[in-house]
Amino acid sequence: MIVRKPLPRWADLILVPFLNLTLAFLISGLVVLIIGENPIEAVKILLFGAFGYGEGLGYTLHFATNFIFAGLAFSIASHAGQFNIGAEGQAYVAGLGAILVALALDQTHWLLVMPLAMIASAAIGGFWGFVPGYLAAKRGSHVVITTIMFNFIASAFMVYMLNRVLKQSDNMAPESATVVNAGRMPQLREWWDYFGYSPLNVMFFVAVAALIAAYILLWRTELGYKIRTMGQNPSAAHYAGISNSAIVMIAMTISGAVAGMIALNEVLGVQNRLVLDFVFGYGFVGIAVGLMGRNHPIGIALAALLFGALYQGGQELAFMMPAVTREMILVIQALVILFTGAMEGLFRRPLEMMFGMLEFSKSEKSDDAPASSKS
Amino acid sequence: MTDKSQANEQRSSGTAVSQNAAPQLAIELAGINKHFGPVHANKDIDLKVTRGTVHGIVGENGAGKTTLMSILYGFYTAETGRIFVDGKEVTIKDSSHALELGIGMVHQHFMLVDNFTVLENVILGAEDDALLQPSLDKARKVLAQLARDYELEVDPDALIEDLSVGGQQRVEILKALYRGAEILILDEPTGVLTPSEADHLFKVLETLRKQGKTILLITHKLREIMAITDDVSVMRQGAMVKTLETKNTDPAELAELMVGRRVLLRVDKGPSNPGDVKLEVRDLVVKDDMDITRVKGINFEVRAGEIVGIAGVSGNGQSDMLEAITGMRKADSGQLIVKGKEVVIKGDDGAAKLRDMSVAHVPEDRQELGLVVTFEQWENAILGYQDDDKYGKGAFLSIPAAREEANRHIEKYDIRPANNRLKAANFSGGNQQKIVLAREMSRNPDVLVVGQPTRGVDIGAIEFIHNQIVAMRDAGKAVLLVSVELDEIRSLADRILVMFDGHIVGEADPATATEAELGLLMAGVSADNAPESDKREANNKESAK
Amino acid sequence: MELFDSLILLLDSTVRLTVPLLLACLAGLYSERAGIFDIGLEGKMLAGAFGAAVVAALTGSAWLGLFAGIGVSVAMALVHGVASITFRGNQIISGVAINFLAAGLTTLLGQTWFRQGGRTPQLNGDARFNGFDFPFADQLAEVPVVGSIYSELLSGHNVLVYAAFFAVPITYFVLFRTRFGLRLRASGENPKAVDTAGVNVNMMRFKAVLITGILCGIAGAYLSTGMSSGFVKDMTAGRGFIALAALIFAKWMPVPALYACLLFGFLSALGNFMQGAELPIIGEVPVQLVQALPYILTVVLLAGFIGKAVGPKAGGIPYVKER
Repeated sequence: MIVRKPLPRWADLILVPFLNLTLAFLISGLVVLIIGENPIEAVKILLFGAFGYGEGLGYTLHFATNFIFAGLAFSIASHAGQFNIGAEGQAYVAGLGAILVALALDQTHWLLVMPLAMIASAAIGGFWGFVPGYLAAKRGSHVVITTIMFNFIASAFMVYMLNRVLKQSDNMAPESATVVNAGRMPQLREWWDYFGYSPLNVMFFVAVAALIAAYILLWRTELGYKIRTMGQNPSAAHYAGISNSAIVMIAMTISGAVAGMIALNEVLGVQNRLVLDFVFGYGFVGIAVGLMGRNHPIGIALAALLFGALYQGGQELAFMMPAVTREMILVIQALVILFTGAMEGLFRRPLEMMFGMLEFSKSEKSDDAPASSKS
Repeated sequence: MTDKSQANEQRSSGTAVSQNAAPQLAIELAGINKHFGPVHANKDIDLKVTRGTVHGIVGENGAGKTTLMSILYGFYTAETGRIFVDGKEVTIKDSSHALELGIGMVHQHFMLVDNFTVLENVILGAEDDALLQPSLDKARKVLAQLARDYELEVDPDALIEDLSVGGQQRVEILKALYRGAEILILDEPTGVLTPSEADHLFKVLETLRKQGKTILLITHKLREIMAITDDVSVMRQGAMVKTLETKNTDPAELAELMVGRRVLLRVDKGPSNPGDVKLEVRDLVVKDDMDITRVKGINFEVRAGEIVGIAGVSGNGQSDMLEAITGMRKADSGQLIVKGKEVVIKGDDGAAKLRDMSVAHVPEDRQELGLVVTFEQWENAILGYQDDDKYGKGAFLSIPAAREEANRHIEKYDIRPANNRLKAANFSGGNQQKIVLAREMSRNPDVLVVGQPTRGVDIGAIEFIHNQIVAMRDAGKAVLLVSVELDEIRSLADRILVMFDGHIVGEADPATATEAELGLLMAGVSADNAPESDKREANNKESAK
Repeated sequence: MELFDSLILLLDSTVRLTVPLLLACLAGLYSERAGIFDIGLEGKMLAGAFGAAVVAALTGSAWLGLFAGIGVSVAMALVHGVASITFRGNQIISGVAINFLAAGLTTLLGQTWFRQGGRTPQLNGDARFNGFDFPFADQLAEVPVVGSIYSELLSGHNVLVYAAFFAVPITYFVLFRTRFGLRLRASGENPKAVDTAGVNVNMMRFKAVLITGILCGIAGAYLSTGMSSGFVKDMTAGRGFIALAALIFAKWMPVPALYACLLFGFLSALGNFMQGAELPIIGEVPVQLVQALPYILTVVLLAGFIGKAVGPKAGGIPYVKER
């Protein structure tokens, strides 16, 4: 009798994601072959572009900064059992907070602008996450559908704001005024020219701090305990006197607030003004990052770095191999989501069988397995 | 008459001659084995069922009855063993194959689509062709005929969700008969029925038997076995213990076979010494999530130093009452008074409020409520008490403090394996229950509310758990015990209240009440159907003594 | 008369914009009624549009393009099916992946094959689904009111437009009058009841997902070979999500789906019309508000402020037979 066994911890945490990821990349390689390029050559270019020199590394880390925020946003909601695919819209509207603070305080000091812009972005992004959370908790709406709708509402709203409210009379393009002084996030290249022209800025450190803060929040505080309880078993949370509705709203608000940090990195770190669609899909990448990183800050850091490298290396690749356009990244992203998310069971079940068989051959003699509870 | 039932008639007229079994056998199972993970759910089962009889299968929860029947119905596949239907060996591939063989099953949880009509449910999977209308028309006629033959009246155009539970069960039976079932399996059919509905069901079964159908009745209620079956098979821990003719046995013998050995549930406990009233409910009315009134105005009180046991058949409002008392559910009306103070639940975090008032709660369903099975034992050791400063000051959580607490639980309550890093899912049922009990009892609460403390727990742990509950009483705690196990109530409680259909229908002294008396109360057959207020007075008088 | 002509134009545009929404919405209806959530309508439609445009460009036949579009979309649907039915994966995650996959692959392959920035070559003549006129459309055009309704609004569309509207009664019939529909709906409400009745739930769900693929493919083909003359990067522009919104708005029923799609189609036509136009009394209404209205309405509906939208009970939950 062969029994499927729960996988050992190392296999669960490393082997399964590794196999899934490998498959995703193998198929990506196949796509590169189909469009007539050499995948191995492509990987070489990609790796060099992402890590080979200072400016490339700077870009990689800059992208990774966005992905850390997006991945954390997805994960924090996920820990509370909520599927927030609205990070894109939450980051987008948060841009308003960032730019308004920066424009107002452009003549002061970045040490003043940064915390205030962070608060403003977090507030607006958090609000954009809170509303779907509220509707889910109090009105029974489906978070997935509501956050999708909120992405589109955000998009229409921002087009309106940029065209009608923030647009400058001397500029045909729908964009806000430009910050020139204190409103700009200090670039790391100002202190360390190793990073070339890359827009890596102080928000990178905020992202690293956010990873640590998320870890502390989720595993070292009462609130985090409540969030995780809610996500794992809402009935048990209810039994434990934890308000399900409050936790959903809090988690969605935190999620939106964290997504809002992307706005600082992009609006005040790169563009220096508010432009259309500055989020550029980074919010959606957060889903892949969160899934791949198993909703754990360490995993998210690694996954964000991987995607940062893909985005930067991908640009280099598009330059060196024009056939491999930027959209290749989308394909890889899709495959990563597919294999580490939706088809997570692809290797899991065979592996469980395999480990079950190993276990079985070890304990063939004793027929009396310990009675285990229903799962 | 349908084509299928004609086919079945031919089959049952017995052209097939079996090589292994006498032709009058409708079903023969030989050497059936089935595992679920490490659990050996069916061990070498043999079973012979005579055509035209009602054959009972009894056993405790988890004895493997449902698994065996699901194998017969093609829902599960046995690993080894042979199945003969009408003397012919068959390999039942799936449910549709079982249906073709004339086997129908009425599941414990109805397999009906709530927002479909009765007709749609009846024809689902048994439609004659691609268009529905002809099948619907035919089904309407057949149902009318079946209603006349077997007193199975249902409105064919009603939506399932609008029918009573008894009505839904009739639809299940009709489904099976419509498909020409000659052999009907009923899994715990009376668990969800009111007594009058159950009586009606038995009349239907009687008629079916007269018409030559074979009925397999799965139940754990001995009364039903004695009342209706011709033969009875007893299962215990996945094995078939014995098959007997019903007229040659009695409930005592069956009970002994079911349990294996006479388990003496008598707990060593001295007389109770009731003190102040710690928990009181007045005219409590509670609705469930579907807005159905489950608790219909009940009154009782629990004093320090006594165990009040609530007996009753599962589903008579006990669960909703427990949730209301522990703050998980808002009462519709009435009062909940803890230590003299009225408690009003507002938000969805009422459970925290009751915990703050030193009311501990061991829930009925430990896996669904009492534990987060994906959490490690130490995380479960603080569930519900996560805000306590003992486990971290302010907003923070101190993992060392929580682990220390967990280790104390493990030591004092002998939780095995003694590893606080193990996920709750990996503990046995008894040890999972100990994790919950340890957490709730070690807080030294004034009031302990316990639901089904030993459901699915092995004998050794039962004894331990019972002793712990008595120890709480002796330490001067007010204990409210809700259990569907009458033996458990009788051996633990100092006073017994019987709950039926949302009412408390009687109070009994465990020392003097007989099982028969309690059984009658639990069945809703009380001597007097006095209004609730009179009983309340009676209760108060009783407890004032 | 000028106002009336504008109205006819607006309604004509509504019809054209409703078609892809309607096809995608009905596509989602089959899948979700069987218990499989599908937020990948957008991706399947996009992939279908690309497949149709590519083959139409290469062969010069819109019909071959249509079949190719359906084929590509069905392939995507099967990926969703394998992930969410066979491997019991999360249906939302799988849908997200499908959307990215379509967005990435279409542009990547389009660029590789045609080198026009992700566009496919301009389609002409038989490579497109052209409108055809009803009998006497020309002659009747001059008749006041009725004439222009007949010749402008009803006549002159391509075959896919009529097919889309025809798909509504067909879908109603299939879902509520046939054995297949009964089993499909039951799979989305109580799959265990279907299983114990001897019907293979996962097979039913695969069939539903397949139909979803076919309809999304037609919707995509309409976009690239009917409404436009070729594939353009991201040409679905969120229509798959509006279709999803319409599906919720219609409470998963085919005929209300038609009304919801007409409403949302009208709103997008109105959005295009109002670009910069001043309205009496209200003044200039922000076109973005009109564009966002379908999404806002859906949020409001989902929250139960106007009625209540409750989907199929078993939606989103993989069917597991054995414990």
